[in-house]
Amino acid sequence: MGVRFRPASDQSLLIYFGQRITLEAHRRVVKLLRLLESEPIEGIRNLHPAYCSLLVKFDALSLGHEELESSLRSYLDRLEDVRLADPRQVEIPVCYGGEFGPDLKDVAALHGMTPDQVIDLYASTTYVVYFLGFVPGFAYLGGLPEALATPRLPAPRKKVPAGSIGIAGNQTGVYPFSTPGGWRLIGRTPLGMFRPDRKNMSLLSIGDRVRFPPVSEARFAALERACE
Amino acid sequence: MRVIQVEASGLFTTVQDLGREGFGAMGVSPSGAADPISLRLGNRLAGNAENTAALEMTLLGGRFVFPQGGILALAGSDFGATLDGAPVELWTSFEARPGQTLRLGPTRSGARCYLCVQGGIVVTPFLGSASTHILSGLGGLDGRPLRKGDVLNIGPAGGGYRQRTIAPQLLDRLSPRKVLRVTAGPQSDSFAESSRDAFYAGTYRVTEESNRMGLRLEGTPVQAPAGGQMITEGTSLGAIQVPAGGNPIIIFVEHQTTGGYPKIANVIAADLPSVGQLRPRDEIRFEQVGLQDARYLLREQETLLASKRLIRE
Repeated sequence: MGVRFRPASDQSLLIYFGQRITLEAHRRVVKLLRLLESEPIEGIRNLHPAYCSLLVKFDALSLGHEELESSLRSYLDRLEDVRLADPRQVEIPVCYGGEFGPDLKDVAALHGMTPDQVIDLYASTTYVVYFLGFVPGFAYLGGLPEALATPRLPAPRKKVPAGSIGIAGNQTGVYPFSTPGGWRLIGRTPLGMFRPDRKNMSLLSIGDRVRFPPVSEARFAALERACE
Repeated sequence: MRVIQVEASGLFTTVQDLGREGFGAMGVSPSGAADPISLRLGNRLAGNAENTAALEMTLLGGRFVFPQGGILALAGSDFGATLDGAPVELWTSFEARPGQTLRLGPTRSGARCYLCVQGGIVVTPFLGSASTHILSGLGGLDGRPLRKGDVLNIGPAGGGYRQRTIAPQLLDRLSPRKVLRVTAGPQSDSFAESSRDAFYAGTYRVTEESNRMGLRLEGTPVQAPAGGQMITEGTSLGAIQVPAGGNPIIIFVEHQTTGGYPKIANVIAADLPSVGQLRPRDEIRFEQVGLQDARYLLREQETLLASKRLIRE
């Protein structure tokens, strides 16, 4: 598969592993990320992985695009030798519907399903964390069943509570913070997705496999108390 | 411990240093001062290291009391500061005696003014930086803008008071620009030539819906390729993205770390501090330069910042 380099700015370089969202491209992004984390290149200041690309920000006073590209090519040559650890399996308990998932009924109706069928299908699926982006701790998840793909709300909500599980098109994810948002909300988790007081600040990291088992309101409340 | 009492917060005042670089894989953008040149110089005038945490005020400044005094410097835009009623100079260190009040008003020039205090503002660091990240409510003072009644701790003071000021001719060469120099964006080739021409010929106005996350512009609309949608990828500071509506957005210091809008251009590193001084209704234009030119301009700027003639004692 061809790799393409493209300057994004005078202090950043994009590396594209194709132009499609595939697990193969994802694995190559993770491998390059791991290699750059374990053997940092002097002058690199930040790394932004995405579906099939990695943005590398560098100190433009000490490094140029051509020089960085040639260093990265030698890393790419070694990509096949990088062994990725088995993905972590993470369970995120979710209380579906009701006040926590105000759009569950609409999502079900749009697909001619009952709310319970939506919950069963959503909760029986394993999702892949393609990358974290947008805001701290937000995981871009792959694997939403086609039957659950739902357009965004016509008008975004001014405030979506932290922990809300949403669907937008064929994307799904958890809001780490209370922000405005237009995703259809089907449930909420009591777990903190991003907490600076935790060793692993972000609950999820790139490459994780995630499931969203349903819990009752009582269990949600108990977990919420335990998280505080 | 020395403190600052906030009697009035101003419109939007946050604690900022030079930000936290290196956490993009967690979705954390660097944040930090919107005009880092002013923060760096203000800190040097106050006798601090360049990366020391200070207050970033936006459009309208606050009122601050120094019960134990402090060694201060104001940098960036002119907010008409007075100390117990007597005007104080921008870009010059000064001393507040115990109990004195520093009052700032509405801006007379650009968007931001920095209040630097010797010893710096002490807050709990988040990922190694004091900078406030508003969207996530992290960093700075409880992750939020200052409020009336806040009390900020000042770190241990260093070298005592020395009057320092910036050489005016050199300062002129660092003053904010309204013609921003840009390099081609990663999707610039996907834009029609006529769209690119329109973008570089056009004048754009900064709208009211602009903040530290991004500056929304209006002016000649730019036709976005592929309906303004693409596979989400990493966004770089200063990227100019064009959503379906055609009004460009400059991605700024508290940016989303990834995004799915095509980017026509990217503000060069040397001109990013100028973006931090843009106010709503300011009119700007874009001028394309090559990567080599951009690097030369950044080097020239850093050489000027390192010049021994820049700060006079």
